[in-house]
Amino acid sequence: MKEILENSIYFGFFVTIGAYLAGLFIKKKLKLAIFNPLMLAIFLVMGILAATGVDYEAYEKGGQFVSGLLTPATVCLAIPLYKQLHLLRKHGLAVAVGITSGVVTSAVCIFLLCKVFGLGHQHYVTLLPKSITTAIGMGVSEEAGGIVTLTVMSIVITGIVGNMCAEVFCKLARITHPVAKGLAIGTSAHALGTAKALELGEVEGAMSSLSIAVAGLMTVIVVPLVSGLI
Amino acid sequence: MKIAKELSLILGISMIGEMLNQVLPLPVPAGVYGLFLMLLLLCSGIIKLEDVEGTGNFLLDNMTPMFIPAGVGIIRYMDQVMQVGIPYLVINVLSTAAVFVVTGKVAQYVMVRTQKNEDKEGEKA
Repeated sequence: MKEILENSIYFGFFVTIGAYLAGLFIKKKLKLAIFNPLMLAIFLVMGILAATGVDYEAYEKGGQFVSGLLTPATVCLAIPLYKQLHLLRKHGLAVAVGITSGVVTSAVCIFLLCKVFGLGHQHYVTLLPKSITTAIGMGVSEEAGGIVTLTVMSIVITGIVGNMCAEVFCKLARITHPVAKGLAIGTSAHALGTAKALELGEVEGAMSSLSIAVAGLMTVIVVPLVSGLI
Repeated sequence: MKIAKELSLILGISMIGEMLNQVLPLPVPAGVYGLFLMLLLLCSGIIKLEDVEGTGNFLLDNMTPMFIPAGVGIIRYMDQVMQVGIPYLVINVLSTAAVFVVTGKVAQYVMVRTQKNEDKEGEKA
């Protein structure tokens, strides 16, 4: 059974889409923010792999039909951004100040929390790029001497948290302006959060897309400046 | 025909993004190069919105499941995760919340302030 599934290219493809569908269904039935379709789908696939004994590499052969669309989808983030370009002109200062404060907060927060948990230099630089998109974050972590696999894991967890809690955070912190919402989502939770921002609205999606790029590039500059602190 | 045209534009830009990613010595991912290239082409009018919008919106509407394989990929690092799991989880959740709230609040504050200033100037005039 295991070999038959591992040899089927569509196994990973089907399981990925099927698990997402199941996640959407459960979310719809239970209507609780904690039942995030993405998180449910990830756990479901992990469960299916554990139950069938199919290893990750075999799953990924089919899974890449879905994940491989990420680069073209990122390219298409230019579409909402283009449509909302007038907002960038109008709120340029808020965009610049907002994203900068987010990038600085991220570094300060990780510095303090590493101190609290007594984590050393290697874990500190591993965590520093956790709020930015995977491809940039991996490069930053490697350059600073971090553990790239743990950086990737942190980036994914961060994204899931942002995707899951975006609406709750906005409500609790009374962030009501769609531009502010989008900037907060994109700066804290990169592309994974942006998927949620696009669901909230076009303005949120556009600002979140912009934040991925700006926060990512800013972090490239900030990390070498603060990496020596621990 | 329409889908083929839209898809070839999007994939062509993705490909150029990937090539730039390999050629240029910056840690910028292919998608981000592509994003700016697409934006540039749209702004300059070389690509019209209706040339990419259909397929583009399909991709954007279905972006969430594209992260599932990466999320599942965490199982490969389970032994490493077990060692530092709790501090990493706490740090990730807390710092994400902090960055979210600070970014949103600061941006909102700046927008409210500039709006007020504009209103005042309006009154003076």
